[in-house]
Amino acid sequence: MTVKTDRGIVGRAPARKRRLSLSARKALAGLAFVSPFVVGFVAFYLRGLLLTLDFSLSDLSLRPNGGYDLAFVGLKHYIYAFREHATFKQILTSSVGDMALDVPLILFFSLFMAILLNQRFRGRTFARAVFFLPVLLNAPAIADALELSRAMMLGGTSPASAAVTQAAGDASVNMSYYVGMMGDLGLPRAALDYVVGAVGRINGIITSSGVQLVIFLAALQSISPALYEVAKIEGATAYESFWKITFPMVSPLIVTNMVYTLVDSFVSSDVINLSFDTIFGTTKQYGLGSAFSLVSMAALCGILMIASGLVSRRAFYQN
Amino acid sequence: MHGATARNTRGRIISDAKSWALSLLRWALIVGVSYVIVSPLIGMAARSFFSNSDQFNPMVYLIPQTPTLERYQVALKVMGYADVLPRNLLFVGGLAVIQAFVCSMVGYGFARFNFPLKRVLFGCLIVMIVLPSHVIMLPLYMLFQRFDPLGLFALMGMEPPNMLASPWPMYIMTAFGAGLRSGLYIYIFTQFFRGLPKEIEEAAEIDGAGAFYTYLRVMLPNAAPSALTVLIFSVVWQFNDKFYAQLFSISPRIALSKQISGLQASVSNLYQLRDPSLTTLYLYAGVMLTIVPLLVLYIILQRRFIEGVERSGIVG
Repeated sequence: MTVKTDRGIVGRAPARKRRLSLSARKALAGLAFVSPFVVGFVAFYLRGLLLTLDFSLSDLSLRPNGGYDLAFVGLKHYIYAFREHATFKQILTSSVGDMALDVPLILFFSLFMAILLNQRFRGRTFARAVFFLPVLLNAPAIADALELSRAMMLGGTSPASAAVTQAAGDASVNMSYYVGMMGDLGLPRAALDYVVGAVGRINGIITSSGVQLVIFLAALQSISPALYEVAKIEGATAYESFWKITFPMVSPLIVTNMVYTLVDSFVSSDVINLSFDTIFGTTKQYGLGSAFSLVSMAALCGILMIASGLVSRRAFYQN
Repeated sequence: MHGATARNTRGRIISDAKSWALSLLRWALIVGVSYVIVSPLIGMAARSFFSNSDQFNPMVYLIPQTPTLERYQVALKVMGYADVLPRNLLFVGGLAVIQAFVCSMVGYGFARFNFPLKRVLFGCLIVMIVLPSHVIMLPLYMLFQRFDPLGLFALMGMEPPNMLASPWPMYIMTAFGAGLRSGLYIYIFTQFFRGLPKEIEEAAEIDGAGAFYTYLRVMLPNAAPSALTVLIFSVVWQFNDKFYAQLFSISPRIALSKQISGLQASVSNLYQLRDPSLTTLYLYAGVMLTIVPLLVLYIILQRRFIEGVERSGIVG
C-alpha cells in the first residue's frame, strides 16, 4: 500500500526528489504483490513441513489445557513404520503401484478423447460438457456414502468386493474365456492382466481424466492451423501430421498433466487415509502418522522426479 | 475421358465411405464414454423417484410406475437443505472470490515484476502445487486449535481462540494464498498475465497510475477468462472438498457434503426404516439435491467456461 502512494506521488510530482531508483521501486511493488503468498507459504507450508518433521522424530503428548510436549526419540517411528507396522509397507507399495498403472492410462485416454473432441462434428459442445461432468461430481463424501450404502445392501461385505461382484454380474460375457484365448495365442500374461485390469477400472479412469482432457483440448486449440495446412500441401498424411505436429505441440502439456495426475491420484490414495487415521483416529499416534506422511511424500517426490525427468527430456519446447 | 470420370466417382465413393466410417467410429466412442459417465447419474435420478413398490418390483427399470416425491421431502428435511444450502453457497462463494482476488494479485506480481528471490519464490509456488496438503495437516490442526500466530493473545494474558469447527481457518488460509489448490490458481494467473501485451500497463503508467491501481483497474478486468475459470474451479473443488472439511471439522451447518455422510443413518433412525434398499433411495435423493447447485451453475456457465479454460493461460 505504501508503495502505491509513493509511486502515485512520484508520478504526479516529478519535481520531487527521488529516493529510490525505478527498478528498486518496481521490485518493491512486485514484492508487495506477492507478499500474501510469501506469508502464507512460510506460515502454513514451510512451518508445517518443519513441524511435521519435528513431530515425526518425537513422541508428542498433548497437555490438558492445550499445547503439547515433544520428547525427541530419533528415528524410532520410521523404524517402527518399516519394521513392525502391520500394513504400512503393503499400503505404500500398492498405492504407488496403482498410480504407476493408472497414470499412463489416464494420460493416454484424455489425450485420445481430446483429439476426438477437437474435431468438428455436431453436438461437440454437448459432448465436451458431458466429458467435464466427472470433475464436477467428484465429491469424495458422496462417493463414500454411496459405497457404504451399497455395502449395506449386500449384507455388510466390504465395498471393494461389492464392486467386484457387481461388475461381474453386469458383464454377461465370460471374460476369462477370451483372456484365456489371448493367452493361448502367446500374448504375455502380464500385458493381458494390465489390459483386463484397465477395462475393469475404465470407470475410474474416465472420471479422473476430466481436468486433463480440458487442458489437452486447450493445447490442441492453440496449435496454429497454418502448420497443418503446410503439412498438407507438402503431402503429409493425417497420421504423419499427428506425429510431426500434434504430438510435439502438446508434449509439454503431457508433463503438466502427468504431474497433475500423479498428485491428484496420490491425494486420494490409501496411504493418505492411513496417515490421517493414524493421527486423528482412535489411536492418536501423532509421531507415527507424521512419519507416514513424510515417507509417502518422499515416495511421491521420487516418482515425480523420475517421471518428469523421463518425459520432459522427450517433450518439445518452442523456446 | 470416360475412364477418368469413373475413376473419380469411385475415388469419391471410397473417400465418402471412409469418412462415414470414421465418423461412425467417433460417435460410437463418444456415446459409449458418455454413457459410462452419465449412466450412474441417470440411475440415481430415476431411483430417487421410486416408491416402495417400485423398488421391490423387478419389472420396473428406470421409469417408476408410481412415482413419489416423498424421498425428496424427507431428504430436504433431514439435511436441513433450505438452511444449509445458502450458507454453504455463501461460504464457498466467498472463498472463491478471495481466491480469485489474492491469486490474481500474486500471479500478477510473479508475471510482471523483477524482485530479489523471485526464482526461489516461484520454486516455492511449485512446491506448494505439488505438495499434498496432508503432509502439513497436524501442524495446521494445532495452529488453528490455539490460533495465536504472533503471540498477541498470550502477551495480553488471554486464552487464544479455538478456530476449529468454524469457517475461519479456511478464510485465513485462502486470504494468504494457501487455501485449497491456491498454488494452481496462482500459476494459472501468472501464465495468463505473462501472455498479455506490456503496452497496456505502460499506457496506464504514463497516465500516472500506481502499480496497484494499474493492476486493479487495468489488468484485472483483462483477466476475466482466467478469473472465471478460477472462480468455477474454486467453487466446485471447495464444495466437494472433504479433506479440509474433515481436518478443521467444519460444521455440517455450512457443508452439504457433510450432511450426505449421515443422511442414510439419520433417515433409518428417525423413521425406523431398517431396510437398506429403502433408505438408499433417500440417499439418492440427497445426492441429487447436493449436486443440483453445481449442475445448474455448470449449465449456465458451461460454454463460457470451456472457452475460458482455453484462453486462461493453463496452456501458456
